[in-house]
Amino acid sequence: MPSTLYDKLWNLHEVIQREDGTHLLYIDRHLIHEVTSPQAFEGLKLAGRNPWRTSSNKATPDHNIPTTNRELGIEGITDEVSKLQVTTLDDNCKEHGIEQFDIADERQGIVHVVGPEQGITLPGMTVVCGDSHTSTHGALGALAMGIGTSEVEHVLATQCLVATKQKNMKIEVKGILPKGVYSKDLALRVIGNIGTAGATGYAIEYIGEAVESMSIEARMTVCNMAIEAGARAGMVAFDDVTLNYVKGKPYAPSGSEWDQALDLWKNLKSDEGASFDKTIEIHVSKLKPQVSWGTSPEMVIDIDSIIPEPKSNSESNALDYMGLKTGMRPQDIKLDQVFIGSCTNSRIEDLRIAAEIVKGSKVNKDLKRAIVVPGSGLVSKAAIEEGLDQVFVEAGFEWRAPGCSMCLGMNPDQLDEGDHCASTSNRNFEGRQGYKGRTHLVSPATAAAAAVAGHFVDVRDIVGS
Amino acid sequence: MNEYTIHSAKMVPLDRSNIDTDQIIPKQFLKSIKKTGFGPNLFDSWRYLDSGFPGQDNSKRQLNPEFVLNDKKYKGSEVLISKENFGCGSSREHAVWAMQDYGIKCVIAQSFADIFYNNCFKNGLLAISLSKDSIEELFRLSEKGENIHVDLINQVILDSNELEIVKFEIEDFRKNSVLEGLDEIGLSLKYSKSILGYEENIKKLTPWILK
Repeated sequence: MPSTLYDKLWNLHEVIQREDGTHLLYIDRHLIHEVTSPQAFEGLKLAGRNPWRTSSNKATPDHNIPTTNRELGIEGITDEVSKLQVTTLDDNCKEHGIEQFDIADERQGIVHVVGPEQGITLPGMTVVCGDSHTSTHGALGALAMGIGTSEVEHVLATQCLVATKQKNMKIEVKGILPKGVYSKDLALRVIGNIGTAGATGYAIEYIGEAVESMSIEARMTVCNMAIEAGARAGMVAFDDVTLNYVKGKPYAPSGSEWDQALDLWKNLKSDEGASFDKTIEIHVSKLKPQVSWGTSPEMVIDIDSIIPEPKSNSESNALDYMGLKTGMRPQDIKLDQVFIGSCTNSRIEDLRIAAEIVKGSKVNKDLKRAIVVPGSGLVSKAAIEEGLDQVFVEAGFEWRAPGCSMCLGMNPDQLDEGDHCASTSNRNFEGRQGYKGRTHLVSPATAAAAAVAGHFVDVRDIVGS
Repeated sequence: MNEYTIHSAKMVPLDRSNIDTDQIIPKQFLKSIKKTGFGPNLFDSWRYLDSGFPGQDNSKRQLNPEFVLNDKKYKGSEVLISKENFGCGSSREHAVWAMQDYGIKCVIAQSFADIFYNNCFKNGLLAISLSKDSIEELFRLSEKGENIHVDLINQVILDSNELEIVKFEIEDFRKNSVLEGLDEIGLSLKYSKSILGYEENIKKLTPWILK
């Protein structure tokens, strides 16, 4: 019987069905950061247990890490509560012999940037992490899911996840993305169309010409936001683009193991005629740049349209919170800050796209701040080698050290009350980027253009010319 | 061990869809390395009129009188009722710990986000999804100040006269996790031989995984 990619990944990793009807799914790779792991390690200790397979676990601190004064290492963390969380990760990794890219390691970064960059996450793997954006790694043809802290402890202790199978959803992306429109716009439009609970209970596979023609980094942006549509996992089939991305990565197999891996990976796609429980089609040849106006990623509009009449209590509340009115255009939203970064959009290609737009221009004088936070130390290094940091700095951006930063503001990078921010992150929830802060989710190109204009503009007018 | 029935529970109604875990427990409180103490900061940004921070004396903060949790009528509620897609967003289990620390024993909504729903049962917090009509009925009852009984064994919600309001569905393994408070890791480790056997197999099939 023809199988979907999700079915194949599930079947490859199913260990056994437990007597209670749930399944034990073998976990190949477990990524760890400082926020959701301390209670799990504590639980292990209290029960006198040890990690099942140490080498499966790789760690890096990202959420609390400051993006300035990094030469000070751990002493650069001025918030004592944050510092304790980061040193607790250090201690737990040392105690159990878990490899960590710590604050001083040039490979440190956002866990979802570091994993693929190092070849720590690979096609065909099951990948989990105590972070909902673990879906990012599905871009490699992997089954990658966010888990809670109890599950972090369970995976540490047993190398398995207690799981029930999800349903299959196909999102078929027809046509090719126009110039000035990016995978982030696609990700936002999908959520706008199906809603933030549209894919709850499903594993999504993104299929179609537009997806095939995307780079792995662009696919990661799409899979990253699967969770914003309610799906724990989003994925894309393995192809030559994946092969070329993975080849030569530090932790990728080599020699005869590489050939062996390729034999397996070639099959990581849905078979012809495979049955999906739900199929969604989206035509993107006329897709426009997207801007979120509300406090949920489904509250999103085309750059050239207007903020709609609220259709629910949630939408009315969102308008109040955002200080916006029906009928306003994205161009009418005066911005206070711009943030380019996060596990959604902080990879080298994102930075190249943004740099190209700001090159030779200046950040609008009415903005308080515009920051660029590369996803990892290696992304930062590559950008510096290409001179991108200088492009940003000359334009008036602040060039920062890697971490989650203003995506959720667990470190000092936060919005002030009432600030409107053009952000390349993934969530516009109330207070997400700072108490009473107002987030607008956009692509790196739209964020860069907005930084120059001081308000949203149609970036197609810039890259098209 | 949890009680089989939550008797005569007061309900607090949160009339919103898509309540995300950033609202349930804002990020600044996730810096803790403990599982306890999150209750005073449950729904922090909605509950207080200022921006909270960890370690603060919450009794000195000004409460938002418009937020339902601060309404005297709902003080001591053990059941929280809400609308669609409750618990969406971040995987932070702190959201569940905060609700339990506050005193919530059961959350009833029209639907839940996957990770939050899973996290509830890992901690013995009963999460029940009901139809729109039933949720509206519970909202009406809560506004009238009526209590309910949640009978997990028989999977039924009763009114104060012990008359059935609605039956609910729940998977057996989740029901048992609330009823018996099982050590899930201990249960999985009973299958150690199968896990070792699986690893033996992938040594040949996908050796790079084990490195």
